[in-house]
Amino acid sequence: MKENFFSKLRRKAGFKSVASSILCIVAGLLIGLVVMIILSFVNERTSIGDAFYGLSILLGGPFSSGSAAYIVTNLGDMIFYATPLIMTGVSVAIAYKTGLFNIGAAGQFLMGMTGSLLVALNINTTGNPGLGVLVWILAVLVGAVCGMLWGMIPGFFRAVFNVNEVIVCIMTNWIAANIVSWVFGLMPHLINSGSGKSGYLITTAVTGNGTPTLGLNQLFKGSYIDAGIIVAIILAVGIHVMLTKTTFGYELRACGANRYGAKYAGMSEKRNIILSMAIAGGLAAIGGALYYLNPGIEFKFDSAYQKLPDYGFNGIPAALLGSNNPIAVIFVALFIRYLNTGGGNLTSAGFNKYIADVIIALIIYFAGFSKLFKDIMSRRKARAAVQTATSNTTMAEKAKVTESAGPDAPPKEEKQAPVSEKPGKEGDE
Amino acid sequence: MVFLLQKTLIYAAPLLIVALGGMFSERSGVINLALEGEMIFGAFCGAILARFFAMQGILMNNLQLMFLIVMLFSALCGALFGLLLSFSAINLKADQTIGGTALNMLAAALVNAFALSLFNSEKIQMPANFGGYVMLNSDLPVILQVFGDKAYLSTYVIVIVFIALSIWIYKTKTGMRMRSCGEHPQAAASVGINVFKMRYLGTMISGALAGLGGYAYIATVANGTAEASVGGMGFLALAIMIFGNWKPLGIALGAILFGFLKCIGPVSSSLEFLKNLGLPMYFYNIIPYVVVLIVLALTAKKSGCPKAEGIPYDKGMR
Repeated sequence: MKENFFSKLRRKAGFKSVASSILCIVAGLLIGLVVMIILSFVNERTSIGDAFYGLSILLGGPFSSGSAAYIVTNLGDMIFYATPLIMTGVSVAIAYKTGLFNIGAAGQFLMGMTGSLLVALNINTTGNPGLGVLVWILAVLVGAVCGMLWGMIPGFFRAVFNVNEVIVCIMTNWIAANIVSWVFGLMPHLINSGSGKSGYLITTAVTGNGTPTLGLNQLFKGSYIDAGIIVAIILAVGIHVMLTKTTFGYELRACGANRYGAKYAGMSEKRNIILSMAIAGGLAAIGGALYYLNPGIEFKFDSAYQKLPDYGFNGIPAALLGSNNPIAVIFVALFIRYLNTGGGNLTSAGFNKYIADVIIALIIYFAGFSKLFKDIMSRRKARAAVQTATSNTTMAEKAKVTESAGPDAPPKEEKQAPVSEKPGKEGDE
Repeated sequence: MVFLLQKTLIYAAPLLIVALGGMFSERSGVINLALEGEMIFGAFCGAILARFFAMQGILMNNLQLMFLIVMLFSALCGALFGLLLSFSAINLKADQTIGGTALNMLAAALVNAFALSLFNSEKIQMPANFGGYVMLNSDLPVILQVFGDKAYLSTYVIVIVFIALSIWIYKTKTGMRMRSCGEHPQAAASVGINVFKMRYLGTMISGALAGLGGYAYIATVANGTAEASVGGMGFLALAIMIFGNWKPLGIALGAILFGFLKCIGPVSSSLEFLKNLGLPMYFYNIIPYVVVLIVLALTAKKSGCPKAEGIPYDKGMR
């Protein structure tokens, strides 16, 4: 009966995921501090003390914005900017559950934005809010369909031709970026010809069918916040329910755990791969739609083909840190934007906003080690299990762990498989 | 025509060497998705050194030599950055796809952070008199003009390095050992080959070549502007490596083909017969990516992909 609260807690798979995510974040922040210290040496305007001050600003997020009014605005913006991140994060997560790495969220994001803006900017509903909401819904749906079709391309290549989806996703990203510049370049009536503007589109503020705010902008005065965050949360929860409670969700996860096993059990793994990528594409696309349907966000179309949107790639850390759990992705996305908001305030310490990006990149780098972290934790647990071998509960737990490891995927599949929950048992295959 | 061929060479050179870099890593058993990041990082370090030389007035009378030194430095920095991938993929057995993606993001973020902090701008421009390393011989016969006129030193260096390393990986003992680690590391280990060492060597050469290619890219294609992006050239190189079936000859063919396809977009506005077609630049930009997809779909079934690629080395595995 040596069971205490912590050893019980340590057994839970969820705890291990959270603990390894926190380890990643702490490691990322520490190396980020080192980068700031290096920067403070190469730049004569800053001293080593500024590096620590910078870290405190980063950790403060929107709360390090100075006056109360700024804090409220930045808090609202943080939630608004987290909206597309939640969507791309859930997009990457659902693909990962099916054993696919969706690095194409950037292209799907762009296609969703294109589809929705083509609808929202071409129909003018100024002065008719009711119709505006209908057009808004239509715009989001059209965007989602564009993204689903775009996401199906890598899924199709993977399922039918067995081409690695990573390379197809990257190619479709760049194709999408060129299509966006091309399509809007053909529509001069959508271009904002206001003074000092070049290459920007008009916004939904002109056509009157922007995302409804539901009074949230009164709560967070001066920020971009709108109902998009509510849509994002509902969709994330919906995907979570679909993955855990429905037959289809089970099939997707079975395909991710072992593609051949799923096939053997009579599931159509090809269909599931294509559908999973379609859903992932649709989700990333809704992220793009929700972001650019906000009346305050302008889209620069003429340089879109040169650079892919960061939102597509930042979905990857959101998914990885959240252990590909859609609910967790919501919180991780808010956390990432929290860091980014803090990064935006870094100029007061003599640094720049890219420090936050450095830290986020480092966090993903460390997230790659999460298997190692979990292995270390499992190993410690295995040792504890040996000590209390007489206890029945431990034996049962051990049996459960071995079961959950499941049959090992064949080598070719291994690299696509998500970081699995295999307990640390090297070399007994 | 000569103009188009010259442009093809300029675009093909970085693709060629970076794709070979990808091959080195994958032949030793590590997927290198970080090629893009290694290019960005190596190129940025090279650009800083070049600016430093220009500011201090070092080697200004011998630009060709300075160019060589900067290329070497870029390669070194690329290799050092590649070490991050080696460490995560080889020692810590982390997922190589995630590691590579993280390094791509890290390179871009680091370059942005340092460029903004050091030069107050996300883009750093190398000094204008850097045109000194271009060879101008407009009086040559047409065929030689392609190689001798408006040609960059980097192209020659890249071709020489490419040939030398291709021979090295096929004909030397170490090269052969490295390839064996990508096919069956346990078998390699059983005859006394140090798999970790070979994989480290493979990923470091890979990083060095990517850094070299990155600097060649910013010095030639990007006209001396270093920023946190190489326009997807690293990923295209990865696709060329797959197109070339993980073999140098195939890679060389692929690099020339995609160098040609890639240069059409940017030069389409200055070529009469392309302008007359009336298609936008974006159309030509898309062509290389679409061709990659078609080629991959046609060749995926019979790929020469190294068998142990992407699988962390585990001594006890059969």
